[in-house]
Amino acid sequence: MIELSDIKKAFNQGRDNEYWALHGIDLAIEPGRVTAFRGPSGSGKTTLLTIVGCLARPTSGRVRFKGEDISGLPERFLTDIRRQSFGFVFQQFNLIKGLSALENVILPAFPTGRPRAELVESANRLFDQLQLGHRAAARVEWLSGGEQQRVAIARALINDPEVIIADEPTANLDTALSKEFMAILESFTAAGKTVLLTSHDPLVVESSAVHRVVGMRDGRLVDA
Amino acid sequence: MHPWLEKQRHLIDFTLASLARRKTKNLGLLAAYATLVFVLASLTLFSNALRTEAAFVLAGSPEVILQRMVAGRHDLIPPGYLEKIGRIRGVQKQQGRLWGYYYDPVLNANYTFMARPASEVADGTIMVGAALARERGLAQHNTVSFRSYSGKLFTFEVAGVLSPDAELLSADLVLLSEADFRSFFEYPAGHYTDIALSVANPQEVRNVAAKLAAALPDSRPILREEVLRTYQSVFDWREGIVLTVLAGAILAFAILAWEKASGLSAEEKREIGILKAIGWETGDVIRMKVWEGLLISLTAFLLGFVAAYVHVFHFGAAVFEPVLKGWSVLYPKFALVPAVDGLQVATLFFFTVFPYTAAVLVPIWRAAITDPDSVMRA
Repeated sequence: MIELSDIKKAFNQGRDNEYWALHGIDLAIEPGRVTAFRGPSGSGKTTLLTIVGCLARPTSGRVRFKGEDISGLPERFLTDIRRQSFGFVFQQFNLIKGLSALENVILPAFPTGRPRAELVESANRLFDQLQLGHRAAARVEWLSGGEQQRVAIARALINDPEVIIADEPTANLDTALSKEFMAILESFTAAGKTVLLTSHDPLVVESSAVHRVVGMRDGRLVDA
Repeated sequence: MHPWLEKQRHLIDFTLASLARRKTKNLGLLAAYATLVFVLASLTLFSNALRTEAAFVLAGSPEVILQRMVAGRHDLIPPGYLEKIGRIRGVQKQQGRLWGYYYDPVLNANYTFMARPASEVADGTIMVGAALARERGLAQHNTVSFRSYSGKLFTFEVAGVLSPDAELLSADLVLLSEADFRSFFEYPAGHYTDIALSVANPQEVRNVAAKLAAALPDSRPILREEVLRTYQSVFDWREGIVLTVLAGAILAFAILAWEKASGLSAEEKREIGILKAIGWETGDVIRMKVWEGLLISLTAFLLGFVAAYVHVFHFGAAVFEPVLKGWSVLYPKFALVPAVDGLQVATLFFFTVFPYTAAVLVPIWRAAITDPDSVMRA
């Protein structure tokens, strides 16, 4: 589904502080499975996810998504692909304060021009699935960490993407909430979605919900 | 609904929610901006209304007024001048006018005395301007006495108070019969203060003036359009004075509005990053901010303009009135006829809404083109 060939990524290229975060990654990711990237800080996990998720372009190399080379597409097309095909759950959740859980969830669908009633209906369905219906109208800063993450998950699902990308999803959760997240993860694969996540957490990478673990260090794959 | 319209609706919804989330900043901005529009619109509306009022009042005045000059000073029109003018082609009607100034020690104010035909004002009676009537407490059928410059006391009955509609020009006016005028000022018989001429064809006014100057070289024709232009210049000049005085405050308001609009907080930058990461295009973010700029600037413009309209046409522009109307003991009190010049409104709109929207856009554009992956690294 996603194929990476010889992906390299440099920051501040051509300057004194030039830094290569990825040194030629070759990887194929299968659909409908959960792939976890494991590695220490600075190993390039997050950078790789940003490239796969069309948040950034590689300095060199090719990204193929469903057979199509997307690495050289202009920003507008990348944004379209990102909106339709990828849902993101960020480490810090990145919810917009001052807005309700419902408003946060429907935000990614605004550029699609879908009617509001339809968006609210989809959001309420997701809230029910995530047992968050009673908190839909609450402002996100009033929610607990676990609730905030479920709002972030609902937001990632609102456009019904094929791929869910989660960056250190359990970093801010306790064990009980982390287990809850893993249960949600299983429901994604049951629904046929592909999941890519980064994690240090043994509870995640050793979980049966994760089908494949890819190790990374210094911008390279190890024991993949 | 069409997806494009639905999308704009979503953007406006989000913009309104964003504005509500930063209430203090946005209300402050709205207040500063609306005040700026209020000051500028009040000035524009008031000056324009005064100009319109003056033009309206002068519309009924004669096309040409002829004054006789002696040693460069305005002198009385001697007998025989009216007859000479009668032979100039294009002059429809000519009339000798009698008017002068009278200082009233009771109010410490100057009145304008003007003679009217006996058919309008009977001997022994006067008609007075509304401001004068107000200040001296005069009403119809009251009697009032004035001591003439020769020391004689004259008593008149007030036949009526002039309509307040033309109070801008008639505030201090006293109308009396020609006989009363001549005896009060001991005006020589057959002499007039000046001559009013009616010229039917507006294209002919300048020709008539030239002919008058040629036929009566010691006289000076004053055209109505020149009087009107003088009024316009006086109001323009006063408007300029107010603008100069207020320039500092206006600039301070403008800088405050610009500063508030163009400053992008770390929180706002973070939000733009999030929006881009979850699938908003750079164009969507910019459109959202354009809506924000338009909503604030249009609201401020409407608030400021409506407040200025109420201030000028319902409260007589209390803030700027003394400077713009001029100084006088007898202040004309009149309700301005609402007169709004579309071009002026458009100019004000352009110079307030456009720079603001631009001020909002520049920093947003910078923030909106940053890579969305910054969110992952926050």
